Formats: sequence, C-alpha cells, structure tokens
Amino acid sequence: MRFEPAASQGRERAPAALKLAVAGVLLFLHLPFAIIVLYAFTTDDASYRFPPPGLTLDWLQVAWNRPDVWQALGLSLRVAAAATAAALVLGTLAAAAVHKSRFFGREALSFLLILPIALPGIVTGIALRSAMSLASIPFSFWTVVVGHATFCVVVVYNNVLARLRRTPASLAEASMDLGATPQQTFRRILLPHLATALVAGGMLAFALSFDEIIVTTFTAGQQQTLPIWIYAQLSKPRQRPVTNVVAVFVVLTTAVPILLAHLLTRDKGGGIAGER
Amino acid sequence: MAGERAPVVRFIGVSRHFGSLRAVDDVSLDIADGEFFSMLGPSGSGKTTCLRLIAGFDRPTSGRILLHGLDAERLPPFERDVNTVFQDYALFPHMTVEENVAYGLAIRNVPRAERRRRAGEMLELVRLPEVASRRPGQLSGGQRQRVALARALVNRPRVLLLDEPLGALDLKLRQQMQIELKAIQERLAITFVYVTHDQEEALAMSDRLAVFREGRVDQVGTPAEVYERPATPFVADFVGTSNLIEGRLAERLAGSPAPCTIRPEKIRIVAAAAPVAGGDGAVDGTIRDVVYLGSHTRYRVEVGEGVVLVVVELNRATTAVDAHAARGRPVRLAWAREHLRPVGGR
Repeated sequence: MRFEPAASQGRERAPAALKLAVAGVLLFLHLPFAIIVLYAFTTDDASYRFPPPGLTLDWLQVAWNRPDVWQALGLSLRVAAAATAAALVLGTLAAAAVHKSRFFGREALSFLLILPIALPGIVTGIALRSAMSLASIPFSFWTVVVGHATFCVVVVYNNVLARLRRTPASLAEASMDLGATPQQTFRRILLPHLATALVAGGMLAFALSFDEIIVTTFTAGQQQTLPIWIYAQLSKPRQRPVTNVVAVFVVLTTAVPILLAHLLTRDKGGGIAGER
Repeated sequence: MAGERAPVVRFIGVSRHFGSLRAVDDVSLDIADGEFFSMLGPSGSGKTTCLRLIAGFDRPTSGRILLHGLDAERLPPFERDVNTVFQDYALFPHMTVEENVAYGLAIRNVPRAERRRRAGEMLELVRLPEVASRRPGQLSGGQRQRVALARALVNRPRVLLLDEPLGALDLKLRQQMQIELKAIQERLAITFVYVTHDQEEALAMSDRLAVFREGRVDQVGTPAEVYERPATPFVADFVGTSNLIEGRLAERLAGSPAPCTIRPEKIRIVAAAAPVAGGDGAVDGTIRDVVYLGSHTRYRVEVGEGVVLVVVELNRATTAVDAHAARGRPVRLAWAREHLRPVGGR
C-alpha cells in the first residue's frame, strides 16, 4: 500500500520563499551555461569583459577550421563509443548473472560493480594508473577506454538489472511454453523487453565517457580527448571563445542523450503481468 | 471416465523437494484424455509445482512423468505438446494482442496469413475479436485472462494447463468465466488440468479432481465422490464445510469411536423431542449462534460434551427475524443415517 496524498494536497501552492529558493538554486546551477553560450559569441578574444563589447559568429568558423579540435572530438567520440560498447556487453551479462543465479559472493560482486561510480574519479584514476604501470601496459587509446568502461559498466548494469527485476519470470516461461527455444526467447522476448533499458544505459554511458576528464588524465598517454583539450585551453588566452564554442557543443552532445534516456525509461504506467 | 481412455498425463511416484521442503511428495495419478481435471488444495500444497512439472519448467527430484505415454524426463518445455495459462497471464507487453496470440504460430514459422486467421479464430473463441490491435497494458484483467487463454490454445495442445486462471477476477466475472472455460473445454475436447484453491470452482467445473495436502494427494475422484465420500478428515473439511464427529459422540451416534463426518445441509432442525423416523439418526442440542446469509441460514448447535455442529438450512419460509429468534432454543437435530459417513484418518 502506497501513501497517496489527497487530491487537494497535490494542488497546494508552495510558499513564495520556497519558490524563490528553488529559482535561486536553478539559476546557480544553470547560469554558468548561459555565460558560456554568451562568450562563445563575443568579439573580445582574450578576456571576459561584461557586457561583451560585441557579438559575432566568427568563432564558429574558427573552431571549425582548427584541426586540434577535430582530433580531440574524434578521439572522444571513439573512446565513448568503445567504452559504451564494452559496457553494454559486460553490464548486461553481469546484470543477467546477478539477477538469475544465486552464487557465492553475489552481493560482493554487485557492490564491486557499483563501486567505481561512487569512488572519486581521482582514486579510480590513480589506481588504474599504478596498476597499468606495474603491469607495464603502455598508455594508449585502449587504456582510456578501459578507464571509462569502469564507470560505464555501472550505468548499463543498473539499468538492465532494474528492468530485469520488473520482468516477471513467467514471460520467458510463457515463450518456451509456446514452443520457443531459449535462443528464440532471448531474441523475441527478452531483448525487446530490455531494449529501452539498454538504449538508456548506453546513452548515459556515452554521455559519462564523453565529458570525463579525471580518469582520462590518469589513463591517457599523449591522447587528448575533448575535455582534456578544453582544460588545456584554459591556460592559453589566445582565441578563448573557441573553447566556449566547443564547450557548448559538449553540453549539447551530453544533454541530448541524457534527455532521451530519461524519456525512454520513464514509467509509462499500467502494469502488464496482472500486477496493479 | 478415467479408465476408459489411455492417460494423457501420468505421475508415477513423483516427488519434488526443495532442500528439506517436500513440495510434492510421492504423487501418483492418471489424467485421462479429454477430461477436465482439477488440482485442488490450499496454497503451498504442491498443486502448482505439479503443474510446473507437467509443463517442464521444473524437474522431479524422483519419480517419472509420462506425457501421452512417453517419458517426459528429457523433454524441455518447448518440446512438450502442452500449453499453459499463467496465473499472472504473462502476456508479452511489447506485442499487440494479435501478436501475443499468434506467437506460438510465429515460432513454428506458420505463414503470416494463416497466423492472422488462426489468431482471429482464437480471439473469436474467447469472444474478444475487437481488441486484436491493442497492447496488453490497455486491457482489463478479464480481457487479459481471455487473451492468455487464446494464446495458449492457438497451438492446439492436447493438454492445457491452467494455474489459478480466475484468481485475479471478481466474483461475477469468475462465475461467468467458469461457464465459458467449461464450454471451451467441451467444444475443443482437449484435456484441461486446472489448479485452484477454490473448492466451489473445482466442484463446479471438474470431471475429476485431486485434493492436495502438504505435497500429497489425499483423494482423487469425481466431485460427487469427493464431496459425498471424503477419504480423509482434511478432504471433508477443505471441500465444503463438514462436521467432524469423534470419540464418545461418534460412539453414541454411529456406534463406533471411529471419526465420521456429516455435511451441514444434510442435518434437519426439528422441534425438541419431536419423533424421528425409524433408521434416522438424531441428537438433542441448543442453538448457540445464528448467521443469516440471505438465501440460507447457518446455525451452530451445541449437542453436549462441548461439541458444536454446524447446520445449514435454506430460508424457504424463514425470515431473518425468525432465524435470529431461534438463538438459545432447544432443538433436535435429525438426519438420514447414510449421510453420517466414516472417514479414514491419516
């Protein structure tokens, strides 16, 4: 039995002070984005004067023509794609194992899987760097991918596990009862049932990897991902608005998948298997 | 009915233990081809486990199950000519109703046109042709139940397993579905194995039923046999209500201390000291409690030595006022002697 607030309570108005506080917090969180967007169009190329002396679209073209931006962007996209792919496979298999079987160390495994997202990135980063040094693994594209996969696996694992827990065991049984082999059942019933959880988990993983900087710093050699490129630009005052143009681009590529993931996993209501 | 045709399902000393729990314990029974067979028992009595053993979702710890005369030991669920209506319906939420019903055909690579035709026929059979393009989430409980039935019947199985299929429906709908299920079973002439904890349901629908208790079968028989001649005190009590008479009272009424039972509706209430026909049994008592139930009234009558017998009478001419006025009245209870039956103990 869930607690349901009375209808009148649902429509109760918040006091003005609370509204003000909420507005303040939202502004504090999101005003910096507005400033980044604004200074992507300033005519001043070295300092942050307010108000900007003038607005121009020139920086879009400058950014477009800088090969180092393209290189960093390309690397970030490839790392995010590889880390997401690894997370989708490993996260789904781990979720299936934890959901389906009872084995020794199951709770510990679940905890260890979730740990990287709770640990500060710097701890994960240092740990990975020392481990890789000890094992004499040269830093490369793949070490960055492995570093990102540690926390990307978690979001896929959590999404898939949550969906599996809401999946009645009778669905797979019904499929086999009607003549489907385990392979057919996986393809026709389980996979479509998990599809939105996989897409949502994958998008979140992609967004997490795309703007990751701390773990990347520790696991990359000469590789410069987009966030690292942006960070490097801060110490170079030349053509500063280019950095802002790129930052706006990063915000958009990260926000859109997260928004889509949110829309996909939103509960559409209406239990299926006889519940509620 | 059982002896005439070869059994379509046969349990030979089947047990299924989960650790120390004996969910099913040495069960042997035969289910005849084409009969409506119910497995009746309280929750945890092993009836659903038996159903899952027939479907192949679970394997017996020991014993053998024969399906159509063949050992089912090595057969996975998808190779058994048996289909199931699940308690939670287990409809596939990402498919339309028609796709759900046609699923078994799609798996067998039946051409699309025939799939549609046969799914349509099945939806017609369960009287739901108009919802074919909807999703299960848009249906009511009763409609989902019918879709689950149509989906399980589309492969034309020789045995249909039903796991408390009406459990989630309200009383009126349940009674209507009981009649429809029975009609469908007779029309298709296939074997129904029906799991329920509702004794009225089992009595109303079954050709034969098995009464389960703690993983064992107490009695198998027609509804009349199980109701009229319960094999154990548990069956007497679980199937309908029953008065269990033991010890000194049994000796006085039946002439032997062996336990016996009598159904509440077989007992007549007559005036105190009224003469009783020769051969009828009788005992004197006092009405202690009256429950007026509209069509009938339930009396609790104390007959001495702390024993209370439950008596049910139809309210042909009795009003609620009459019934309640009877409380505290000394009466005589009478019955035809054949209704007082000895029960085997266990």
